[in-house]
Amino acid sequence: MKLVKTHYNRRSFLKVSTATGGGMLIGFSWLTRCTPPIKEGLAIPDEWFDINGYIKIGNTGMVTIFSPNPEIGQNVMTSMPMIVAEELDVPWEHVVVEQGALDEDAFKNPQFAGGSLSIKLGWDALRMAGATGRRMLLEAAAKEWNVAISDLSAKDGTITELNGDRSIGYGEIASKAVGLEVPEEVPLKEPKDYKLIGTFQKNVEGSKIVTGKPLFGLDFKREGMALAMIEHPPAFGMKVKDFNESEIKEMEGIEDAFIIDTTIEDPAWSDVNAFPQLIAIIGKSTWRLMKAKKALKVNWETVSELENSEMHTERLKWDLHKGEVGESRKDGDPDEAFAKAAKVIERSYTSPFMAHNTMEPMNFFANVTEDKAELIGPTQTPKAMEESVSKLLGIPVENITVDMTRIGGGFGRRLYVNFGVEAAAISKKLGRPVKLIYSREDDMTQGTYRPTYLSTYKAGLDEDNNLIAFSAKGVGLPEGSVFPNRFPAGAVENYTAEKIKSRTNISTGAWRAPRSHFTAGAEQSFLDEVAEAAGKDPIDFRLELFDRAKNNPVGEKYDYDAERYAGVLKLVKEKAGWGEDRPGIHRGVAAYFCHHSYVAQVFDMVMADGKPKVKKVWCAVDCGIVINYEGAINIIQGGVIDGIGHAMYSELKFENGSSVHKNFTTYQLIRHHQAPEEIEVFFVENDITPTGLGEPGLPPAVGALANALYKATGKRYYHQPFSTANQELINIEMG
Amino acid sequence: MFHPISKNMSVFNLTINGESKQVDVAPDTPMLWVLRDELDLVGTKYGCGVAMCGACTIHLDGNAVRSCQLPVSAVAGKPITTIEGLSENADHPVQKAWLEIDVPQCGYCQAGQIMNAVALLNENPNPSDEEIKNAMTGNICRCGTYIRIKQAIKKVAANS
Ligand code: FES
Ligand code: FES
Repeated sequence: MKLVKTHYNRRSFLKVSTATGGGMLIGFSWLTRCTPPIKEGLAIPDEWFDINGYIKIGNTGMVTIFSPNPEIGQNVMTSMPMIVAEELDVPWEHVVVEQGALDEDAFKNPQFAGGSLSIKLGWDALRMAGATGRRMLLEAAAKEWNVAISDLSAKDGTITELNGDRSIGYGEIASKAVGLEVPEEVPLKEPKDYKLIGTFQKNVEGSKIVTGKPLFGLDFKREGMALAMIEHPPAFGMKVKDFNESEIKEMEGIEDAFIIDTTIEDPAWSDVNAFPQLIAIIGKSTWRLMKAKKALKVNWETVSELENSEMHTERLKWDLHKGEVGESRKDGDPDEAFAKAAKVIERSYTSPFMAHNTMEPMNFFANVTEDKAELIGPTQTPKAMEESVSKLLGIPVENITVDMTRIGGGFGRRLYVNFGVEAAAISKKLGRPVKLIYSREDDMTQGTYRPTYLSTYKAGLDEDNNLIAFSAKGVGLPEGSVFPNRFPAGAVENYTAEKIKSRTNISTGAWRAPRSHFTAGAEQSFLDEVAEAAGKDPIDFRLELFDRAKNNPVGEKYDYDAERYAGVLKLVKEKAGWGEDRPGIHRGVAAYFCHHSYVAQVFDMVMADGKPKVKKVWCAVDCGIVINYEGAINIIQGGVIDGIGHAMYSELKFENGSSVHKNFTTYQLIRHHQAPEEIEVFFVENDITPTGLGEPGLPPAVGALANALYKATGKRYYHQPFSTANQELINIEMG
Repeated sequence: MFHPISKNMSVFNLTINGESKQVDVAPDTPMLWVLRDELDLVGTKYGCGVAMCGACTIHLDGNAVRSCQLPVSAVAGKPITTIEGLSENADHPVQKAWLEIDVPQCGYCQAGQIMNAVALLNENPNPSDEEIKNAMTGNICRCGTYIRIKQAIKKVAANS
């Protein structure tokens, strides 16, 4: 066991305790009322004791663990409490999980769902919460029996005297642990002693989901609450002037209609929003509001250029050469190396704008009074939302509460907070609680879209087919997707990479595995082509490069661990039986490292009725310690399907500043019949600090898909969406 | 059965999950919004409003229909079942299979997926992979749980 500083002290405990007993609980009442916590063999407690911000123990031994981070489907509501329960050493069957409200002081953990960081950043705080709780229960029992703590053991929810007959359940001693000084140092378990971490556990909200309980933001209801919908300008570059206000207000079921302005001076990164001025319509029924939206007659004014997709393509090509270079890297002398290379391969890759399209459209509840604001709904960044509402309405953050509902998908869209800010502005103006609802069309045409990208890769091989020069140049609207210090940086003697800026007035933002999803596809299919030109097996070719990076790295640093990277490739190679002859199966491989985790995939493709079809996907993952295998496998499978879907089918085109696609009638998402038949997931076993899985499963899927498509069809796929885009090599010369 | 109150409102008698309900809404109101706004049955989800995603799937007289496209005036006394009416305690065989396979990620689409799967299995207790795909393809899962959905359906079929 190693001792670890808790970062708790007496004062912070008191703070935790007040928060748990006061403000936070109010927020929970709606969220938990759907199902009383029923645990087999455990009575529902009539008294609860707050141990710390994460843990509440009932007098019957039932334990409530508050999950700090937003749940967007990445399953942290199961995995984060599992870590607490492991260190508290309580049977998982005794645990009920509740969503914690925003209170970073109490949780000692940044409460957001982004960058696949929940598990990585929460790892210490979660273990500490469990371990301090366990320690305080031990101390309470030691006092009670007048023995030393070292005479006791605490496990499986029971404290036992080592050399005696006495034992007591956590529930029976919990009252005595309340108010004890929080230890400054606590021992943490060694990974080999884990009983719960590393098992298969089901989603803690599974039964609420399959019975249709009110879990999501859109399901939230408060007595006296109004409903609101918004109308935003029909095009990027437009602004609302006025509208047929009195006509709309007279419509049946409509209570009010007005323009709100949510312009935030000094905006944060999460305030991306092309349409700060919006029309808000208020009523009691969603259908009436939808009809009123149709009856709007609005004067819009054009305030900046109305862009279209052709313009975007031209701009990408131009700025690839002329745009301002942001991050970059250079090793050796790439120009000279390319000049003397025996073979030079150059390819360009593109991908269109994409929408997030969470299945649950944007929505939020707000109840703003004179100097207080209560916000409830689906957000990946509750803290950022609190700050933005504070800035817009001039209400101090101490007077703002944010409760998180379950979230019907995030993918990065809900890192941005405009919908919550809009709800708050509407509630303020109305003077009563309101739930703002976006229609699917509102959601799809007013996004923080995945930028459109163009990247060009160039490789030089010498006479012996060694990779002697490599160049990656990428531009995007508004910024390219190249990561200069990622693979193959460090593995090629002469190397250059440039991330180039451009511009657009279309609002863009993070989209599941930002930039990595495109870069992995482009780079990994390019390397496949280079390996082929070098006459090498694509896995062996990559392994050679990892050897170089490990044994004799080029340059000062690179952003990956070559051994772990190679490790997932080796594992997938072995599991998939790579290299064996499998008649009728066309295989593609890719590996990518992003968001601190390593994933390699092999796609098995077949031709069915003349069409390529992914039959099976083999995945090897290294994310360090796996907390919950069930959730980990599920999210990797989801990432693969998401990667295939968006690379194959999805695109958002623009005409006169408007998204051409407004609903799933024309915006294609992958469907049942297009999904692979099977995805098998393998994990590298090690004791490395765990990292996240929400994003890393997606990027390599794009590359492995392109490479399998090549084997199946004989055609290389450079441009997304693969199913409809013209795959000719594009001319990126200017003029 | 129509009792117009104003030119835009009418009273409708509905049978939902075996219970009689009365609502007073515009006749063109889709059942989706009658369930969600008027009856507090929010298990049925809004995803697209144009019959393209399946999140709003309910049963009308035992058949899976998209409630976003079903005006309340077209229900005509036929019984409706929603996800809330499938079982009291998540013990409908399809719900049980969903839990055993641990299908959901975000969970938002799952009520619609389950309602669609139940209708499929009622009609065809032992569907082939091809039949599953054809029947389920109108239900989008943005999180990509398709493989697990198929596994869950096959599990029910195997147990039936
Ligand atoms: S909401 Fe009815 S099909 Fe999408
Ligand atoms: S589980 Fe998220 S949309 Fe299906």
